[in-house]
Order: sequence, then structure tokens, then C-alpha cells
Amino acid sequence: MTVDIDVPPIVEMRGITIRFPGVLALDGVDFTLRPGEVHSLMGENGAGKSTLIKALTGVYGIDAGSITVAGERRTFSTAADAQDAGISTVYQEVNLCTNLTVGENVMLGHEQRRGTGIDWKATHREAARHLESLGLSLDTRSMLASHSIAIQQLVAISRAMVLDAKVLILDEPTSSLDRGEVEQLFGVIRDLRGKGVAILFVSHFLDQVYEISDRITVLRNGTLVGEHPIAELPRDALVTKMIGRELEDLAAIANSSHRVIDRTGTPVVKATGLGKRGVLEPADLEIYEGEVVGIAGLLGSGRTELVRLLYGADRADEGEVEVHGKGTKVHQPRHAIEHRISLSSENRREEGVVADLTVAENIVLGIQARQGWMRKIPKKDQDAVVKEYIEALGVRPANPNALVGNLSGGNQQKVLLARWLATAPELLVLDEPTRGIDVGAKADIQRKVAELSAQGLSVIFISSELEEVLRLAQRVVVLRDRRKIGELDAADTDLDTLIDYIANAGEGSAA
Amino acid sequence: MTAIYRHRLFWPIVALVTLIVINAVARPQFIKIRVQDGELYGPLISILRDSAPLMLVALGMTIVIATRGIDLSVGAIMAVSGAVALTIIDGAEDPGNVGTVLIACIVAVLVSLVLGAWNGFLVSVVGIQPIIATLVLMLAGRGVALLITGGFITTVNSEPYSFIASGYLFALPFAFLIGVVAIVILSLVERRTALGVLTEAVGINPEASRLAGVRSRSIIWGAYIVSGTLAGVAGLIYASNIKAADANAAGVFIELYAILAVVLGGTSLNGGKFSIAGTVVGVLIIQTLDSTILFLGVSSAQSPVFFAIVVVIVVIVQSARLRDGLAALTARVRSRGAGVQDSDKVEVA
Repeated sequence: MTVDIDVPPIVEMRGITIRFPGVLALDGVDFTLRPGEVHSLMGENGAGKSTLIKALTGVYGIDAGSITVAGERRTFSTAADAQDAGISTVYQEVNLCTNLTVGENVMLGHEQRRGTGIDWKATHREAARHLESLGLSLDTRSMLASHSIAIQQLVAISRAMVLDAKVLILDEPTSSLDRGEVEQLFGVIRDLRGKGVAILFVSHFLDQVYEISDRITVLRNGTLVGEHPIAELPRDALVTKMIGRELEDLAAIANSSHRVIDRTGTPVVKATGLGKRGVLEPADLEIYEGEVVGIAGLLGSGRTELVRLLYGADRADEGEVEVHGKGTKVHQPRHAIEHRISLSSENRREEGVVADLTVAENIVLGIQARQGWMRKIPKKDQDAVVKEYIEALGVRPANPNALVGNLSGGNQQKVLLARWLATAPELLVLDEPTRGIDVGAKADIQRKVAELSAQGLSVIFISSELEEVLRLAQRVVVLRDRRKIGELDAADTDLDTLIDYIANAGEGSAA
Repeated sequence: MTAIYRHRLFWPIVALVTLIVINAVARPQFIKIRVQDGELYGPLISILRDSAPLMLVALGMTIVIATRGIDLSVGAIMAVSGAVALTIIDGAEDPGNVGTVLIACIVAVLVSLVLGAWNGFLVSVVGIQPIIATLVLMLAGRGVALLITGGFITTVNSEPYSFIASGYLFALPFAFLIGVVAIVILSLVERRTALGVLTEAVGINPEASRLAGVRSRSIIWGAYIVSGTLAGVAGLIYASNIKAADANAAGVFIELYAILAVVLGGTSLNGGKFSIAGTVVGVLIIQTLDSTILFLGVSSAQSPVFFAIVVVIVVIVQSARLRDGLAALTARVRSRGAGVQDSDKVEVA
């Protein structure tokens, strides 16, 4: 679909410059958004995507440049200003009130009034009307929390429509959605586009970007690289523009899956019949030295649950765990850490980084926790460890005293990886380590995993991106509906086989 | 210069110094310090001595707040501690015996420690919200104290026990020195060991800390034990000062003043980053303000209002959001041209 170039733009940003202490976050960036288009903003972490969005939504003030919305020059000093101008944002982490009902969330601040009170009946009717216009039939009186993230996101979009948004910003909306949910979301997006809403779309999934976008703007290191109609920008050209170099890195990792693993000895970690009622049916898992075991399955298939039980993050009510052939109790994460098992959670913000602590404090946290509070790791040793890992993993900014909360997702992930590598684990469990991070950081992390496993580290690697799993792992464990359905040898499995297996294998056998 | 201005203790110290200056200008003898028999006397010294109970309670509160908690039971623990100590001394054959007093104090502090451990158990093991968990003891504690004293206000005349609140050591009030020792020990333990940073980690993100292998439960539990123990010592000082165990008056509202001191010192009630130095300054602000009210002769009926007004001013001055807002306003007014006369008003920021 092409957009008529003559339609006057709804948003025009010219020469936007934003400085943070010590950093030029955006340097004279231009950005144009037209009614009835889906416009993707692409760039690595730290390229300035979020900063540009925050300038447009009034979260950050701009140091130079101009923002014109619907032909009118605007200065946004609060997010409410931007909302008044018809700009609504739906974030990756849904920012609605999960403890209110769907209807209350949609209509919040726009409830139908009757006298001095609220006419709840009319309010819910109005909410239902808005939801229906997006093809959603939900019970508006149900709690928002009772719905999936995907539905919550669609509710957030409905809310934006109540606010009569002319511009809808979708920041990583698909990162926690499964395939069907993405389709539903895209249906809604196309519908809104047809109604003339301008949509700014940010996603790390290239497939989705190409599926939905009309136009792409690429940023790199805070500067504009270019704006292109989708048809004129093939994928490899896009990636090259984003990272500024050819992406030969990923190809070099590809052989990792063909490495031969000696599975004759004692496994590093062996779980037998590990399960928890209502969470995961008993499953077996064994990992040998230097092996990368991938875990594949849809979101909610039990892959996260399996590793959480293994790590002691949740307590299993049946099954045994052996480390180097010896039975051990792993009821708490720290038990696992004592046995040199580390887990990096899929939920980076809530379960990973400690946002208000510095990069250095976050990296040291794992080893310090293992040592106990009495024996503080000397400052000199801390500095050495922190310096080593910041360099080895390429954490940016390379400032140990920066607050982790201010880093981009990819760099937070690197800090977490550093925290766990510093504890010298024998088994490293990585749950979605590459979710929501850019191509460059993804390649860095995958390369590190391949390198460390070649040196003898055992790794469990969970990812929704199956190519990644197949590239890194020698063996793939597949789960479905909270049950392990089998294992595949990665060397003779291709993507289609794996997808087919996830979808169909073991059908009926468990009945 | 900006480094000083932005230091998080800048505004609390400004508030404290301002209070002292106001007093000194109003009545110059405020800052006079006399030496008598090798001991220091004067309004400032009194402030240091009188601040001891609040200092101890606020230090404990700082650690608890850092873990995202709150301890409302400190006043009640003070009452229990005083009741235990005085009942033992009162029942002894020789109340003036140093050994008796020492045993009484140790038992009282141990009882306080157990009460703190009870709070910590409810919060960290049972998982009750801190405000509710400590409310239990806040309400029940004074009843326990009354039970211990048999419903009476136990009074004693014991030379060594009185020494705690009114004695002098190294020319300084003994009570003040207890506070100093607590500050030093706590600072050393928090910063020389990893307890400080682990406490902050637990306070900022309990789940991430647990998954990182931090013993969150022990750290939270420990914080309430520290708070209870320090409140127990504070209770001893209070009871020593009035030579009586008054279960209904000991430490009334001190939990609120302690929370106020912690907040004035720049520690957020949301937990995480904490500052012991900040709390010390916060306590001194409150105590100086208390003395100011007496000193300026504000009638006792009006003193709460006066206190409230000053606290509101201090809190507003410290508010980062307000300062940022005023700074932004100033910048905006300036950018609209220097011709706008109103900008002068905003400069006050």
C-alpha cells in the first residue's frame, strides 16, 4: 500500500536535538508521519527511537528543532499536552490499571455522567462500542488482569481511540504476543489505518515490520539514516543501515549446532520427573558439559516454568535434581547458585535488573549474594570484575556508575549476563535473553553463548525466535501445553520441521 | 558548586543550619556552650542529648524503610523496654547496684530484640504487609507494658540507671554518646560489609534480588530486629530520663517522628537507597525545631501548628519535583524574553 505523498503530514518533526548529560541522544533528526500510514521506526538500541518517541509524546523536552502536529507548531511539556494534541501511545508493558475492569480502563476519565455520578451502564455500553469497532467482543465488566497481554494491548488501543487519537504510537506491541495474537493486532492496525489514523510502529521483529509497514525511518546513533517506502528497502539493506556494517556475525555462529557433544559421562545437571501441580507435568532434562540445550515451544507452553523449577525460583512438588550425579535440593535460587546454576529471567525489568543500582552494583550482586553480606568483595576486585565484563560484553555506556534503569534493553541484558558469568556458573539458563533487543546486541549475546559453550559451559537457551534456538543449540527440547513432548537433534532439524513438531508432534499419544 | 548543590544532604543541612541561625539571632545564648566541672552545657548540647531516643529509633526505621517496610511498633517497644527494665530494678534488693541495672538493661534490650524478631517474622516469613504486621505490636505492646508494670507507673530511684539519660562521659551527655555509637556501628556494618547494598537491592527489587541469590528473607528479618533492638535502647533512655516506666506516654508518636526524620534525610519511603547521615540530620532538624518552639516561647497550644508549618516548608524546599518545576518555569519565562517582569518572582527558586 502506498500513501499519497500529497496528503499533508499529521506530524512533522524537524531538526530534533536532545541532549542528556554527556550524551547527544538525538542530533537534528527529521521525522514525518502521514495520516493513514503505518510508519516503522527502526534502529538498534541506543539509536534514539525511544528518545524520539518520548519527544513526540511530551515526556522529554527538545533542545532544538520543531514539532508540528496537524499544521500547528507545538511545544509539549507534559504527556497530557501530547495526548490533547491527539497523540496516544501503547507501550510494550501495558500501562493500564489491571485491577479495574476492561470497561473502566477504556473509558477512564471519559465516563458517561449522570448528574453528579457516573452512569456505569452507559459507560460500559460506550466501552463495548469502542471495543467492537476494533472487532473485539469482551465482557466490559471483567477484570483487565484476567485477560492476556494481547487483549490488554488491544484494550489500550481502544482507550487511545476513546481519546480520539490521530496518531497512535505502538512501542514493541508484539514482543509478548503469539502468532495468532499478532494477526489480531495487525487486523486492528490495518483497520485504523483505513480510517486515516497515523501509526508509528516500533518492533524488533523484521518479519512484522515488513508485513505491516508502509514506510520505514532508520536511525543510528541519534542521527537520521534515511526514510524509505517499504518496497524500496530490502531486508539486508535495512539491517545494514541499522547497524552500519554487514551482518556476517550471525552467519559465523551458525555452526555451533553441529558441534559434537560427548554424552557418555555424567550430565552436569539432570532433572528427573521435575514437575509442579497445575504448572508443569513431570519432565526429564539432562545437560552435558559444553552443551547448549534449546527449549522451544509457544509462550505459555511451560518452558519458563520448567527452568524456574530447575532453578528453585518456584518450588517443585515432585522430581529430583542431580548435579554431577549427586542428588541435591534446589528449593531456593541461592541453592542453585551454590551448585553453580544461574538463571537469567525472561522478565528483565521485574526479575532481572535492580534499576536504581549502578551497572557495577548489578554485576557484582550475584557474586556478593553468594559470598553473603559479611564478606564484602573488596572494591579493587569489584572494579576488576566489572571492567572485565563491561569490555567483554560491550556494555554501553561503558560507565560502571550509570544507573542500570537508564540503559537500553540490550545493555541491561548484557549487564545481567555479566552478573551471571561473574559467578562462574557451570550451567547458565537464559530465558529469552534476546527479546526486545536490537540485532547488534542479539549477535553479541549469541556469539558469547557459542563461545562460552565451546569452552565447556553448559547452557539452556530459551527463545521465541526458533532460528536462534536452532543456530545455537545442539539439542532442542520441545514443550506444549505445559508438557514436554520430545527432544530433537538440532543438527538434522530445520525450521519447518521444528515448527511442525511444536504444532503437531505427540498428538493423541498422551490421551 | 553544582556538585554541592545537588548533593542529597544539601537541603536537609540547609534546613538545619537555617533553624539554628534563626534561634541564634532570636536569642544569642542559644549557641553558647558552657563548661562546668569539665562537662559541656547549653541549648545545643541539650538538643544532642534529648535527640538520643529519636536518633536510635530513626536509625532502625531507616534500615526498615530501605527494605520497603515500615515499623510502627517502635513506640510500643520503647514502652515495653522501659517497663521491663524498671520492673527488674524496682524488684531488686538494691536498685542502686550497677550490676542490677546492667542486667535490667540487657534483659530489656533482649526482650525488644525478640519483639523486633516477631515483627520480622510476620513480614518476611508470613508475608504480612509491614504496616499491618507492626500495627499489631503497636496496639498490643502498650498493653504488654502495662501488664508488666501491673498497671502502674513504676518509678525508681537508681543512681546508675539515671546516669543513662543525665550522666556525662568524656564531657558529653552519655545518652548522646549512645546515639553516636549506634550511628558509627550501623554505618560501619552497612558500608564496610555488603549489607548496605544488599538491603538496597532487596528494597528496590525484591524478586530480582531473590533470583540473584540474595537472602532477602534474612535481610528483611534482620532489619526489623535492628529496629526493635534500637527502640529498646531508646526506651531505656526515655525511662531513665523520667525515672519511671510510663507505658502510656513512652514513645508516643515517636514512630511518626522517626519516619519524618528518615524522609527529611532524603530516604524514599519506596525503599531502596538510604542515607544514615541523612537520617541523623533529619533527627537533628526535628529536635532543633522542638527546642525552637520552647525557646521562642510558642504557647504549648500552638506548638503543633508551628511544628507542622515548619515541617511543610522543609519538605517543600526539599521536593525535587517542585525545584525542577520552578527551574523549568524560570527557563520558560526567560525564553519568552527578559522583558517579562514576572520572572523576578520565579527567581526565588
